[in-house]
Amino acid sequence: MQIIHTDLLTIGAGLAGERCAIEVAGAGFSVVCLSLVPARRSHSVAAQGGMQAALGNAIMGDGDSPDVHFLDTVKGSDWGADQEVARMFVEAAPIEMRRLAHWGVPWNRVVAGTHTYWKGGKPFEATEKAENHGLIHSRAFGGTAKWRTCYASDGAGHAVLYTMDNRAAQLGVTVHDRSEAVSLIHDGETCHGAIVRCLRTGELRAYLARATLVASGGYGRIYRASTNAIICEGTGLSLALDTGVAKLGNMEAVQFHPTGTVPTDILVTEGCRGDGGTLLDRDEYRFMPDYEPDKAELASRDVVSRRMIEHMRTGKGVQSPYGEHLWLDIRHLGEQHIRTKLREVDEICQNFLGIDPLHQLIPVRPTQHYSMGGVRTDKTGAAYGLKGLFSAGESACWDLHGFNRLGGNSLAETVVAGGIVGRNIAEFLQGYDTAFSTAHVREAAARDDARIRRIVSGADGKESVYAVREAMYDILERAAYVFRNGTDLTWGVQALQEVHERAQHIGLASDGVGANAELALAIRMPGMVRLALCVCFGALMRTESRGSHTREDFPERNDRDWLNRTLASWRPGADLPHLEYEPATSYVELPPGDRGYGGGKIIPAAS
Amino acid sequence: MQRSLTFNIFRHNPQDPASVPHMDTYKLDETDSMTLFIALHRLREEQDPSLKFDFCCRAGVCGSCAMVINGRPGLACHTKTRDLPDTITLLPLPVFKLVGDLAVDTGTWFRAMYQRTESWIHTRAEFDPAAQEARMENEVANAIYELDRCIECGCCVAACGTANLRSDFLAPAGFIRVARFAADPRDQRTDADFYEIIGSDEGIFGCMGLLACEDVCPKHLPLQTQLGYLRRKMGLTVLKRLLPFGG
Repeated sequence: MQIIHTDLLTIGAGLAGERCAIEVAGAGFSVVCLSLVPARRSHSVAAQGGMQAALGNAIMGDGDSPDVHFLDTVKGSDWGADQEVARMFVEAAPIEMRRLAHWGVPWNRVVAGTHTYWKGGKPFEATEKAENHGLIHSRAFGGTAKWRTCYASDGAGHAVLYTMDNRAAQLGVTVHDRSEAVSLIHDGETCHGAIVRCLRTGELRAYLARATLVASGGYGRIYRASTNAIICEGTGLSLALDTGVAKLGNMEAVQFHPTGTVPTDILVTEGCRGDGGTLLDRDEYRFMPDYEPDKAELASRDVVSRRMIEHMRTGKGVQSPYGEHLWLDIRHLGEQHIRTKLREVDEICQNFLGIDPLHQLIPVRPTQHYSMGGVRTDKTGAAYGLKGLFSAGESACWDLHGFNRLGGNSLAETVVAGGIVGRNIAEFLQGYDTAFSTAHVREAAARDDARIRRIVSGADGKESVYAVREAMYDILERAAYVFRNGTDLTWGVQALQEVHERAQHIGLASDGVGANAELALAIRMPGMVRLALCVCFGALMRTESRGSHTREDFPERNDRDWLNRTLASWRPGADLPHLEYEPATSYVELPPGDRGYGGGKIIPAAS
Repeated sequence: MQRSLTFNIFRHNPQDPASVPHMDTYKLDETDSMTLFIALHRLREEQDPSLKFDFCCRAGVCGSCAMVINGRPGLACHTKTRDLPDTITLLPLPVFKLVGDLAVDTGTWFRAMYQRTESWIHTRAEFDPAAQEARMENEVANAIYELDRCIECGCCVAACGTANLRSDFLAPAGFIRVARFAADPRDQRTDADFYEIIGSDEGIFGCMGLLACEDVCPKHLPLQTQLGYLRRKMGLTVLKRLLPFGG
């Protein structure tokens, strides 16, 4: 077996992984990034909207500051965020946007003079200041007091990921694509790298690293309908969970995006609503102002998703062969705007739905979109429970987003956290030595190899991996979607335990040789079901509603009992995650209060 | 009217010594709004789990799923079956190394291209975290973005006559990358620097002008316009070198 040594191993080469890698490589250390796909195909590339940073150059962002950004972020999180992390983030974000500009990102810029913008479906005029001409511009996103989202046409993720990968190439960062980590090498106290499977050949390799970073993105694809790329199956999180000592934070906090298109679940950006797109029901009636008079379509994502489901429950949804949906209307934004500023949206409608958004309504429904939960780390990015293990980006629970993250904060988090955690890893590596045990490597590789052989030969059974996945999808869709309740969640946990047992008996229908997708999924499947159990069990135990976690039987946000973070770990041989809790934040700048949108009662913390 | 579709799919597993390249045929009933993304996953999950192909974003932005669809390179995820005849023939992209069946190794090819074109901003300016960003005209930012929209799917490379004849050809995806940096005022490279990269038969002078690259680009990038622009620019660079009083 090939053994590769490196200072830092990153699992994932999207924005967070590469931003860390650049920082660590820039400090003179060796870095290898693993990626399931060529780095530029990572899911970061799909983010259309932009990155929030309080630059305050645009007239609609006039008077913005990190303080205002901080308030929006903590309120958006429904007070689930770590406020010290949120403070670090908002202060660093403007600098990071400028750094990206220096590296080559073609951010849109302020053009002095009077322009027509859109808000809530109505055009208005605003005059950009002459002294800000040529500085980074920003657009509106939901849940923010100011227009704060830096953008590059509507391909911010693409523009930033390409620039980041260019920078990584310049610094000689090695990317091993089509490579999947299948387990972490560790001794219960220290992480030493990973056993990795080549997705071209199926061979196992060992990577020994002084520091290992999980930057593998979210776990959206444990759901059937997700806007995420199909590779977002939470593999990095599973590996951390399987160590038995690392912990996953707030796995029940799953965000649903209001505008996943029907039927392929492809996201159309929140920028549509930021620019003035409206939501209509089957009577083509604009219903959001009835629920949210102030913010209407621009309330935060969890609120809009919930209001949409609520409205569909009153019988106002549009019936279609693919289920019920509502309409997104951007027709009034005009040809010039739709064909340029919203071009990717235009292309999605034309290419994937066969409709022209200039003349037709876009079918949309709430769809799984973002994973707030992830590998729990401290503010430096170091994972709980294992020395030498770090995490950043969507795969991490750092915890910037609490129970709901704002649009534009996640893409910004990838690069801001990537920079901060990268610097911390470089510092960690500076004075750190460790000893690699060849026995640990051999044992880890032998264990993985034996498991893979049993799946290929069908030694443990002939369960179809696709049938197991369908069963998991069905359960999560009923028990742990936008609205949740104790009855369905109790059923869901039990049903998932049965599916978890079935996942131990998967056997292949094909030969498993080479770049075989059935085998790759079969290897991941038990871990995916364990993540689903963390979501479902965490949601069952959390008897309150907070951010995107909405319990019909516990509609209040309960600060008295639940102003905390769920920590899930998986003890060897267990059939349920072990849950424990820690305070949401030890540093408090903004005491819990009303978000000002979303409604709902609050049970205050005991004073 | 529901159609029954016939798929003829190229099969070969380079990791299996017994594998011989051949075509397999599958049947599938068409459904509304069916794309090749939906069809291929159904074939794999319902009929043949050994079938190899690549998808990632399934939304036309990541470039993973390029293949030759009824003779023409294109993205499978945004190809609707209703736009195709009853019989659909799928082949892997040429030029790139075969991973298996319809999956090819574009990652290795493109990483080599980044190194060759030095696909990054060359500047002597240091980043100053305390300073305001350098100003840029919004039109310039938009122009750079237009050239930066390549998703590295490989369609233009697969459709390029020269790239199919010689493996050292930089190909349209490489030229548009150079054009992107040539258009960026932050990159301090001169025309002479770019000439070193593309001023040869492996570079822009190897293009036979068949124009297929622009025809197949799923992002409708101005590949030929940019090639023409680079050729004129490089021609002038050569002239300047030849003339004693040149620049």
